[in-house]
Amino acid sequence: MTLAIEVSGLQKSFGEVQALRGIDFTVEQGTIVGLLGPNGSGKTTTVRILATLLKADAGIAKVAGIDVSSSPDQVRTMIGLTGQYAAVDEYLTGRENLQLFGQLFHLSKKQAAQRADELLTRFDLADAADRGIKGYSGGMRRRLDLAASLIGRPSVLFLDEPTTGLDPRSRLGMWEVIESLVAQGTTVLLTTQYLEEADQLASRSVVLDHGSVIAQGTSDELKSQVGGDRVEVVLEIPNQLAQAKAALSSIASGEININEDQHKVIIPTSGGSRSVVEAVRLLDEVQISIADIALRRPTLDDVFLSLTGRSAEDEKSEVKPKQRSRRGARA
Amino acid sequence: MTTSETATKYRPTLGWLISDTTAVAKRHILKITRVPESLFFALIQPVMFVLLFAFVFGGAINLGGGGASAYREYLIPGIFAQTVMFAVASITVGITEDANRGIMDRFRSLPMRPGAVLGGHTLASLFQNILVLIILSITGLLVGWRIRGSVADALLGYLLLATFAYAMTWIGAWIGLHMPSPEVAGTAGLAWIFPLTFASNVFTPIATMPSWLQPIALWNPVSCLALACRKLFGNPVPFLGDSFPEQHAVPLAYGYALLFLAIFAPLAVRAFKTRNVGGLKA
Repeated sequence: MTLAIEVSGLQKSFGEVQALRGIDFTVEQGTIVGLLGPNGSGKTTTVRILATLLKADAGIAKVAGIDVSSSPDQVRTMIGLTGQYAAVDEYLTGRENLQLFGQLFHLSKKQAAQRADELLTRFDLADAADRGIKGYSGGMRRRLDLAASLIGRPSVLFLDEPTTGLDPRSRLGMWEVIESLVAQGTTVLLTTQYLEEADQLASRSVVLDHGSVIAQGTSDELKSQVGGDRVEVVLEIPNQLAQAKAALSSIASGEININEDQHKVIIPTSGGSRSVVEAVRLLDEVQISIADIALRRPTLDDVFLSLTGRSAEDEKSEVKPKQRSRRGARA
Repeated sequence: MTTSETATKYRPTLGWLISDTTAVAKRHILKITRVPESLFFALIQPVMFVLLFAFVFGGAINLGGGGASAYREYLIPGIFAQTVMFAVASITVGITEDANRGIMDRFRSLPMRPGAVLGGHTLASLFQNILVLIILSITGLLVGWRIRGSVADALLGYLLLATFAYAMTWIGAWIGLHMPSPEVAGTAGLAWIFPLTFASNVFTPIATMPSWLQPIALWNPVSCLALACRKLFGNPVPFLGDSFPEQHAVPLAYGYALLFLAIFAPLAVRAFKTRNVGGLKA
């Protein structure tokens, strides 16, 4: 497999703040890799260095084998970038925007027009093509933005939080588009705070925290770091928690945890769905009534929590507040 | 996909610089047509100054003879110079907006010539300023201003104004690239222009100013530009002394314009290449 992205020993400081403290990772051609981490962990800085927008202080970053610091112009012919803001001109129409970027990619006028039409149709924007962007919805802007980044048929695409602030339906739409791009051979580096997004799309993930890589691997590999399945039982009567814990010890593959606030008993297990049946039977025997019971697999959120000691949701911005909310619809 | 399948190879030719610049300029000119209000307000200010000084303050300003009609002929080239200085503000906000909205990042990640984004933007801004100068000339003619020199001199005068305006848009671009937000950029683009245009011969002859201010006002680029225009358009130049800036206003004004261009165009392009979102850390 050829490597589309290679990063080694990458460092970058902004004054006192060390944004990247020497990170290493690679992305194989034709795959999606998720770059995960809270605000200020260095995701955006990494993408900006790879997209030739920022110079690293030390280390090597290569896109399609080409060094971004020594040949940024060559790299620019092969990449597409979709950032956190819809980077399109507000006063132009969708079509004019795409034609502008096509021309700046040095397509001929005719090619640029053709490519714009093609992308407008593909991104379901044909009807709105001749309307000003000002009247576009958030989802439409993001789609146009993604379309603009595809003008030059990039082999490597950087998506920096492409679905932040989108409603669930638009997000699903974006996911489909991203998946179809990868199916056609594009390599994607995706940064996101939505771990389910990485779970859904990325074949591998790199987890950053405080400018260092703290874990990487496939979703399954990352999840197995936190442990396997577990049965979660919510009791109707809270003061039976201890009793329930004792009753369920036979199906536990590790230490049973109790969440007092939620009246919940969490039992690590290796028995799969049979454990649920068994748990119901055991609790029934001691006449403890169940409000809710479920088999849970660890999510990337659990991974994140166990790796960083905090949830991806309640992280604090470490470097600076962004101009716009990056949390968006999730909150 | 391999690199050979991508649409373009990087070929840094002059042709690219020209086509990139034109494409960007077209974007901004389209924008002027979509938001005609911005052009309207760019026009209203100099026209207001003409009316205000021609009819309200003019009578109180001593030209050493000639009366109100001479003052109006004196005033219009001054307003030209002032308008050209305000060309700074016509671009600063737009540049900061682009930088903060991420569209500048998109430009910077494209295989285009780095000078083209600012080159196109400044060119469109020059276009707008030329429109303003035309309307202003018509207003001037209406209040009694005339071109009394030769056609060649008059053309030299307009060329000087255009060159100066273009240099000022590059200063505006450079300022815009260093501002954290469009709101700040709006103020920063204008704040330093006001004292500069008022401590000059734009509205009043320098001879009437306190002696400590006179040398500053004499060498002030705005004064040189206004005086050069008055000379080239054959308008009154009262109290003309024999100091260097007064005697060589035309070459000095051209010199200032070219000097500003030579300094600020490269500085702005460099700032463009290294600009980070919001001018802050990512």
